[in-house]
Amino acid sequence: MKQQQFETENLPLWDEVESLMSDLQLNRHKRQLTTEQHQRFPALYRQICSHYALARSRGFSPALVEQLHSLVLRGHPLLYRFRGAWLWRTMQFIFAGFPTAVRRNSGYFVVSLLAFLLPAVIMGVACYLNEDLLYTVMSESMVAQMEQNYDPANDRPGRAAERSSETDFMMFGYYIMNNIGIGFRTFATGILFGLGSLFFLMFNGLVIGGVAGHLSRLGYHDTFWPFVSGHGSFELTAIVISGAAGLILGHALLSPGQQTRLQALKKGAFNALPLVMGAAMMLLFAAFIEAFWSSSSVSISIKYSVAALLWSLVALYLIFTGRNAHGSE
Amino acid sequence: MVFGMKEGTPDSPLDTLRWYEIPEGVMLQFRLAGPVVRACAWAIDALLRSVIYIVLAVVLSLFGGLGGGVMLIGLFLIEWFYPVVFELHNGATPGKRAMGILVIQENGTPVTPSASVIRNLLRSADFLPFLYAVGLIAMLSNRGFQRLGDLAAGTLVVYRDQIKERVTPSNAPPLKPPLNLSEDEQLVLLSFAERGGELSEERRQELANLISQQTGLEGAEAVAAMTAYANWILKGR
Repeated sequence: MKQQQFETENLPLWDEVESLMSDLQLNRHKRQLTTEQHQRFPALYRQICSHYALARSRGFSPALVEQLHSLVLRGHPLLYRFRGAWLWRTMQFIFAGFPTAVRRNSGYFVVSLLAFLLPAVIMGVACYLNEDLLYTVMSESMVAQMEQNYDPANDRPGRAAERSSETDFMMFGYYIMNNIGIGFRTFATGILFGLGSLFFLMFNGLVIGGVAGHLSRLGYHDTFWPFVSGHGSFELTAIVISGAAGLILGHALLSPGQQTRLQALKKGAFNALPLVMGAAMMLLFAAFIEAFWSSSSVSISIKYSVAALLWSLVALYLIFTGRNAHGSE
Repeated sequence: MVFGMKEGTPDSPLDTLRWYEIPEGVMLQFRLAGPVVRACAWAIDALLRSVIYIVLAVVLSLFGGLGGGVMLIGLFLIEWFYPVVFELHNGATPGKRAMGILVIQENGTPVTPSASVIRNLLRSADFLPFLYAVGLIAMLSNRGFQRLGDLAAGTLVVYRDQIKERVTPSNAPPLKPPLNLSEDEQLVLLSFAERGGELSEERRQELANLISQQTGLEGAEAVAAMTAYANWILKGR
């Protein structure tokens, strides 16, 4: 068959596919064609593919081959595109996907926890014993600010005295930006052979432990601990989970096993993603608690009871949720 | 552009083309976007983002502490999820769209939500230590121009395919070429007939003169002969 004959015979088909594809690219409610017409697309697309293969193997003109290739190229993502049920997937994620992912990667979680907890405890004890040590990880002005915030003379602990309750929402925004940002960075820098994640975990451990030791030494127990114990449950656990996600990337690159490093990295990234997103979710919740609950002036005993409740909630959630969910493990 | 099977072989080592065999059994071809065009797209996005920040700041400053909180949440969302939202919507941020490029999966399908989130979270590692230095080194050391985020997410940044007008062959009467032509030689003739319009008359004649030994024709006559041969290949007798 000569090219021109081939073109005249199939031109109506190509035009039909073209208009069908233009229609499919529109939003669902803007489409003109009927469902029956849309259902013809897979069959038509496969015909176009065979025309393209034919045109190439018969040595038809480059412009025609290019024309058919562009039809094939346009159709491919339309046929194989991804459609998500967002709400269902989110619920599925919260009640099964995330906790099961944490349990599946419990080894990474433990390493991450140690990388955070050991520096925190050591620095905490050291700062409790030595009043100058905190200045090695924080600047003088930051320490002064911290001391002022938790001074028992300040009636709303955890924030500067001059702040009003309107700033609670401001602080909510700040905690979201700062804490979730730290969570994301702790994960992302894990791609540098795990070093970035380890750095963020250890540095945060040093600072948090150091501040806790320093303020306890000053005798600010009753302002500091009730403030941080509540939101700490979700916040610190989430940072450790973000670190675990980063360590997955680092481990994949350092020890890819039977795969290439690239394959291992890809697999690791998709394995780590639920941890990062779940940690972000927990940090969002922590920001809410920190902004509106931790800074409130309820009595210390209530604060500690709620903190105990929140810590057990985190533990129960991560250990038990989604164990019998359909399709989990 | 697509040329015969032999030229654009899937393993040609020095090329910015990427081939992928789809389930229908044909090879799809993607033109990869390099660091420069992607940097331009990023600059446009950075500009657009700063405009959004300024507008947000001006509007929200009217609402005191509440506005400040919303502003910070907005900053966070734009910093991390601006590209994700646009990539999931139509494959490209406004900057990428302006530069005519888009993000796809390595298998040519639209970027999935997971992949988009991974590639944009890892942006913060690619950015290290300043202005995407790590990302640039990564892009230059693999065949797909992929930064670390792309490698981990399995995504590519490619040029958006232009929709081209169908070329109508000229009405010149078909003429049998004086000798038997191989498939490649036929393709050269067809290509000359189809793309000749993009060249100047002088250049067309210059190209046609290359085979005047075989045809015995020069200048405008040679061009006309080439077109006629091409028509013969296209239409037969």
